Amino acid sequence: MGKEVKKSKEYIQSMPANWWLKRKTYFLYMVRELTCVFVGGYALFLLLLATRLDDPQGFAALLHSPLLIALQIIALPMVVYHSITWINLTPKVMVLWRGEERVSPLLIAGANYVLWAVVSIVILWIAFLNS
Amino acid sequence: MEASKTGQTESMIELEVFRYLPDQGEETAFQRYSVPYRDDWVVLDALNYVKDELDGTLSFRWSCRMGVCGSCGMMVNGEPKLTCAAFLRDYYPNPIRIEPLSNFPVIRDLVINIDDFMGKLEEVKAWLVPKEEKPVSEGEYLQTPAELAHYKQFSMCINCMLCYAACPVYGHDPKFIGPAAIALAQRYNLDSRDGAADERAEVIFSHEGIWQCTFVDDCTRVCPKDVDPAGAIQQAKVAATKDWFRKVLVPWGKK
Repeated sequence: MGKEVKKSKEYIQSMPANWWLKRKTYFLYMVRELTCVFVGGYALFLLLLATRLDDPQGFAALLHSPLLIALQIIALPMVVYHSITWINLTPKVMVLWRGEERVSPLLIAGANYVLWAVVSIVILWIAFLNS
Repeated sequence: MEASKTGQTESMIELEVFRYLPDQGEETAFQRYSVPYRDDWVVLDALNYVKDELDGTLSFRWSCRMGVCGSCGMMVNGEPKLTCAAFLRDYYPNPIRIEPLSNFPVIRDLVINIDDFMGKLEEVKAWLVPKEEKPVSEGEYLQTPAELAHYKQFSMCINCMLCYAACPVYGHDPKFIGPAAIALAQRYNLDSRDGAADERAEVIFSHEGIWQCTFVDDCTRVCPKDVDPAGAIQQAKVAATKDWFRKVLVPWGKK
């Protein structure tokens, strides 16, 4: 203590701009994050439906246009990927305890998948009931 | 060393080791060393062979050789690893590239500056602050197995900093409190004997704390002790959110 200690120069390791290409896990993280654009984008698009309630036929025709079919074909796998990665991460956030035992992560993720399937089936059922 | 005397027929493995010698200039380089290949050797054994037999100027940290001291963490082929647990046989016959842990300033060769992390442990008060002090004559602070179970996973952290090397958020902004320090803050927050959660809240519930984390989850993937720091951070986010709603919706309620 009290003595001057001369520090030598340190080498600073900075992150390259293409850091997310350097590791597979970073890349998959970026894909997961970017798929949210499609989740949000498609949700916004569905909100347009609310402004077209007076003309459901016109909206249906719009949905059947080649451009929108192409967009939906792209959006569907993106949304599915986003949902799967989301559900797979839920056990890390939701921690439930049964006494000294943690409720199995598989059970928590599994419950989310079951809920997702049930909700999807109900929505499809309503959709096809009307057609 | 015995290995060097077993004859020419033994197989060798190539190491590409990051070198930085500030007393000799500011440039960095990779130096190749050829070391004997043994299927029971780990990367740390190979580095010690280099140090003992080939090049005494190489610097690196190590201590226990059994995955508990947390000092031999390095990048092995781009992955943060404890070099005492990274077997040569998993890389052979390809060369192994060894670099200092990413995201930290390098002092020399494979030795990084850990001051930042040590400071963060202090900031989050990574130690037990008893809820109520009691004299020794009153005995231990007792705890049930269920209470122990709530924080035990997070208490396995050995401060090896592999999680910081894996974290792109920390790589971009060293002010981020980061995985291990937040996991350790959670470890004490969840301890039934601890009473300093409020003191830690200011640091870990801040932007530089949990909210900067974007859940890349790579900290958890590289953790040699299965601590799951990413889980600790997300659980802290849930706790902070619940806290906030409780304060807003039930302002007259007890904290």
